[in-house]
Amino acid sequence: MLESLLFLIMGSITVVCALCVVFQKNPIYSAIFLIQTMVSLAVLYVLLHAQFIAAIQVMIYAGAIMVLFIFVIMLLNLSKADEEGERDNLFFQKPSAIILGFILVVMIGAVTLKTVSQGVKGEYTPETISQIGNTQLVGKMLFTKYVFPFEIASILLFAAIIGAIILAKKRIIED
Amino acid sequence: MIPLTWYLILSGILFSIGAVGVLIKRNAIVIFMCIELMLNAVNLAFITFSRQLNSMDGQIFVFFIMTVAAAEAAVGLAIIIAIYRNKATVNVDDINLMKW
Repeated sequence: MLESLLFLIMGSITVVCALCVVFQKNPIYSAIFLIQTMVSLAVLYVLLHAQFIAAIQVMIYAGAIMVLFIFVIMLLNLSKADEEGERDNLFFQKPSAIILGFILVVMIGAVTLKTVSQGVKGEYTPETISQIGNTQLVGKMLFTKYVFPFEIASILLFAAIIGAIILAKKRIIED
Repeated sequence: MIPLTWYLILSGILFSIGAVGVLIKRNAIVIFMCIELMLNAVNLAFITFSRQLNSMDGQIFVFFIMTVAAAEAAVGLAIIIAIYRNKATVNVDDINLMKW
């Protein structure tokens, strides 16, 4: 009972904040509403017994990635001409996009409600997870079954660091 | 317990909101944030299925999606800064060099 109440509250906060991300004019407000969306999603992860993912959702998404976004928004100092609204070059763009979004929601909902999900159930029920500990299980799987993707992820992050520096640095020598 | 279908429908709604945002926004940074919203919706679906099937693999996948999202945000924002330095705008209507 308490669980469904919490789901309804956090779910509606998530949806409202996601709508605000899209329909705000100022990018900084969009970023702040996106942070709220991510924090309430973290609460939903806790409801689904994924505590470790909830923690890194708050730390990495709401902490690191969104701070990067806000830094860039403030660095660029966008002028008034860049704000939304005054120009609409494509005919009938916004209403048709919203109609297409509704169609997408209806399609996803129909597929979700019609599909009978069947699969081989694993061994990690919520009871065993809470016995061993969610973080320990995630760490164990990362370093045994998924050790190769884990190493690839480190190379990917390294490449992204170098790429970001090369792309964003100022060209000193003109050729 | 809450039926897990609710979580999947919430994930679908979030994904659609993100897709609509990509379609209607002109500011490249806000389009980027809508892509992050879609990634989050997919993460929610992954965790729901992981809970439903009593498996940890979905949570590991979410971990990797977060890694890719961090890399994507860093490189994408660097590209936006480079574009802003060249054209003094981040409006995607003005960035049409590669449009035929």
